[in-house]
Amino acid sequence: MLDDFLVRAGLGGLGVVLAAAPLGCFVVWRRMAYFGEATAHGAMLGVALSLAFEQSIFIGPLIVAVLMAWTVSLFSQRNYATDTILGVFAHSALALGLVVVSFISGVRIDLMAYLFGDILAVSGSDLAIIWGGVVLICGLMAWRWTPLLLATLNEELAYAAGIKPKREQLILTLSLGITVAVSIKVVGILLIAAMLIIPAAAARQLARTPEGMVALTAVIGAISVITGLSAAYRFDTPTAPSIVCVSLGLFCVFSILGALKHR
Amino acid sequence: MNLISLKKVTVAYGNSTVLRNVDLNLNSGEIVTIVGPNGSGKTTLLRAIIGSVQPKTGTITLKPGLKIGYVPQRLNFDRTLPLTVQRFLSLSDPVSRDMCIHALQRAGVPQLLKEQMSDISGGQFQRVLLARALLGQPEVLILDEATQGLDQPGSAAFYRQIETVRNETGCAVLMISHDLHVVMSASDQVICLNGHVCCAGTPSAVLSTPEYRELFGTGTGGALALYRHDHDHVHEHDSSGAEAVT
Repeated sequence: MLDDFLVRAGLGGLGVVLAAAPLGCFVVWRRMAYFGEATAHGAMLGVALSLAFEQSIFIGPLIVAVLMAWTVSLFSQRNYATDTILGVFAHSALALGLVVVSFISGVRIDLMAYLFGDILAVSGSDLAIIWGGVVLICGLMAWRWTPLLLATLNEELAYAAGIKPKREQLILTLSLGITVAVSIKVVGILLIAAMLIIPAAAARQLARTPEGMVALTAVIGAISVITGLSAAYRFDTPTAPSIVCVSLGLFCVFSILGALKHR
Repeated sequence: MNLISLKKVTVAYGNSTVLRNVDLNLNSGEIVTIVGPNGSGKTTLLRAIIGSVQPKTGTITLKPGLKIGYVPQRLNFDRTLPLTVQRFLSLSDPVSRDMCIHALQRAGVPQLLKEQMSDISGGQFQRVLLARALLGQPEVLILDEATQGLDQPGSAAFYRQIETVRNETGCAVLMISHDLHVVMSASDQVICLNGHVCCAGTPSAVLSTPEYRELFGTGTGGALALYRHDHDHVHEHDSSGAEAVT
């Protein structure tokens, strides 16, 4: 069954939306949309470094994501708003990555595959890494769920409950890095943020509890992947953008349902 | 025994010293109110006690294993996070539906269980926060200007609820308030803060100090007189910390 490239693509996509569901919700709740996008753009530099040092394509982005988060928190204490710092480093990392890639000779690199993903080329070993990442992230989220929620809700409440919001923030950043790293192959650097934000934003309309929102986000993501994949196959459209377009469609549908419910 | 004890605590943010040499003792069953003008370090003091800021010098001693129930200032609840009142109450520790209802009853809002946190009013919100703090069966309730944004009858009702809770559960209460005249009558001890402790003692003792008058002016005297009532009962504290109301 895994021999079929469409099945592998589907499994890869489902893995990504599963990992992205809890992270996407936190991105929406904590207003980290720009941070998510910056981490994703920074991954280009990570990819370049991975290629330069002939490492797995998953290692570089992870390291860059963590470095980026650390640098951002360092600089945002120095008279800059966080979004300014993110703007500086996100786009610099993207540009730097593209420049570094151009120096790597020998291999011909298909840039488009990194920028927009190449879900149809997901291999068996890619699947192993993606699902390894999914298990890791779901484990982390399940383990830190309550502290993460409390720290998101209110820092003082978290402190009073003996939770260190800074540490929870680090766990989120790390998870975000892992999500980005395992998503590159599937949706590409430029569209990872879409998979993080759009399903979660759609789910917000009908969710009543945080857990409900995560579950609904995963379902919306899964529908997007399966429908987007079949549409791309049938109409010969680019795959990752098709998946994002289906997500957008679902977002619109849920927004209308949400508006009807609150009337 | 002291539940919370501060000795010569100094807290600074960067180069500016917010609190200087603050001493404070909280005994079980006691209601202590901290009053002071804006920027006098009231919130910083509470933060130091719950551990979200570290003192520069001095010591803060909590009774080992002390259970603190914290009621913050009106939280900014983001509509981006869907949350029912019931789920909010069971956020730190899983609690049963019955325990949620019981805590909400004690806080005076039993009907809110299924509402969204983002849909309830300011007064209801503070009572839900109070219910949440009570669920942990705290030995100390810490309230940080819990009635900010409530009108005067609303705050008065809220503080009556606090006093009822104290009488029913015997927990100590440490609170910050702007509503001096509403709060003072219920307090056992008042600490007047302005970067340092200006004066401290029973409400009537503090009211008569020149430091207090200087900070708050005599203009509030009339309002205070209006709201003061006679203490027609006595709280006795025996060594076990249990309280006898006669």
